[in-house]
Amino acid sequence: MANRTKTARRQNVEAAIAYPIDWIEERSGLIGGLRYFLFRNVPRDSSWFHTLGSATLTAFLVQLVTGVILAMYYKPDPDKAYESIRHITDDITLGWLVRGMHRWGASVFIILLFLHAARVFLFGAYKYPRELNWIVGVLLLALGMFEGFTGYLLPWDQTSYWATVVGININGTAPFLGPFLASLLRGGAEIGPDTLARFYSIHMLLLPGAIIGLITLHLYLIIRLGVTSPPWSKEAAGGDRPEPEPTARAGLTRPGPRRGIAR
Amino acid sequence: MGFAVGIVCILVGLIVSWPAVAVGAALTLVFGFLWIRDVTSGYRTIPQAEPDGVEPPEPAPGIPAHRGPPAMPETPPAEAARYPRSKFLEGATLGIGAAIGVVVTVPAVGFAVVPAFVDQGNPDIDLGPIDNFPQGQWVITHFNLRPEEGEVARRVVYIRYNGLADNEPSFTIISNRCAHLGCPVQPGGLIQSDKTKDQKASGGQEIQLTPVIGLSSFTCPCHGGSYDSEGNRTAGPPVRALDRWTYKIKNGNLVLITNFSVSSVEGTGANAVINKYQLTGPGQWVDGPEQILYPWQPPS
Repeated sequence: MANRTKTARRQNVEAAIAYPIDWIEERSGLIGGLRYFLFRNVPRDSSWFHTLGSATLTAFLVQLVTGVILAMYYKPDPDKAYESIRHITDDITLGWLVRGMHRWGASVFIILLFLHAARVFLFGAYKYPRELNWIVGVLLLALGMFEGFTGYLLPWDQTSYWATVVGININGTAPFLGPFLASLLRGGAEIGPDTLARFYSIHMLLLPGAIIGLITLHLYLIIRLGVTSPPWSKEAAGGDRPEPEPTARAGLTRPGPRRGIAR
Repeated sequence: MGFAVGIVCILVGLIVSWPAVAVGAALTLVFGFLWIRDVTSGYRTIPQAEPDGVEPPEPAPGIPAHRGPPAMPETPPAEAARYPRSKFLEGATLGIGAAIGVVVTVPAVGFAVVPAFVDQGNPDIDLGPIDNFPQGQWVITHFNLRPEEGEVARRVVYIRYNGLADNEPSFTIISNRCAHLGCPVQPGGLIQSDKTKDQKASGGQEIQLTPVIGLSSFTCPCHGGSYDSEGNRTAGPPVRALDRWTYKIKNGNLVLITNFSVSSVEGTGANAVINKYQLTGPGQWVDGPEQILYPWQPPS
């Protein structure tokens, strides 16, 4: 099959597909960048454990998409929030599904965050030169859990209201500045009509923006530094460690294809 | 540093008082001026003239235009070193960019943060005639702290009329906010829901009164904090007694004024000695060694 000469029709189709891609590549270099990102080399013995990060990213993207759609129907007003959630769940076509994806996907996201962090910790993948990426990851974990906290209030039922009361008051028991932190979260001395809108804004604008920015940095560092071999690896990373060079690329298992270093 | 103190002073002053804002503004202006003078000093000083005997380096030949002399007059090198155009543009871009950033950021952040710390005050809550509260009888009282805010401002207090003390009616008014983490404590007694009275007080306040027989304790459903009928902690995680409300009698009506925190209560009823403290968030100690952890409370 592969050796058969292409028919004229097939050539036309391929040219039609290639033309817009070439057009974009010629003007932006984006296609090459995407290929560089997707088809970079990884250690020979990387395993399914290394997919937890991508899985977490996928869970976040699911939250992003379903959250945007839910925002089309949700009303962050104390008098209407509960009713709008009921409307989404019971009345709107497939609303139950999208809300369910967002609600259960939130737990999946948090669980995957922890599994991914555990993998990085147990594989020692936080060590030089990847410390900064670990720090960024810890920030992402904190922001992800803050997403969970702010999102929990939005259904505005008894469970979410009292859970938020307790959660804010736990923050309030932090020494010295705790009471001020609690007031900042509530937007006042007590939970009032502004608190729900405040949590909604933090949940769907402030935190996702911060998380997207940090994920970009996280991925940039992954691409720059490469993936670690597992600790049991017999590859270079598991053997004698080369002297750290002044360049940032010392001690890596994988030199980048663009500026490869002979090993 | 002083600049930052000034900014903080302005923001704090917005909450506390206008004189503090003025002080903060003055600090900000003075230190801002000093800061700018300090930062720009490198640009403004004129280097000393070259010592005699050293020939100034030959000016590099200008890049020739295709024909004729260069279109721009060439700057003498000494002047160029003293005040290079690129340095000025760099400084101007950074400076103006920072100024625009501050002008945009300070009001936005202030708008997001400051309203959370504005003292809202408590309106007086008229709970209707004191005849609503028979002597020695606990009454679950629902009211709305700020009716314009809707259901979210609904509050519950437990009220007991203790009879006359010094010819003044005495009430025990206990907040239902658990001193552990703020869940609603429930009365341990027979709640007579069928005797619930819905009332409209003179201020338009909608009151709901439910009597309780044989109330002996308050218990929190969240983490099991328990209190006796004076609000003293008897078991569980709470760090102090239940909050209470101050009250006054106005035209024969019971009026709630404001709530406060209580470390413990000695005695009962009209003779109770209440150890009063400023209203403090749940879970925070008001007495004992742990109170040093919570030296400041935001305005409420």
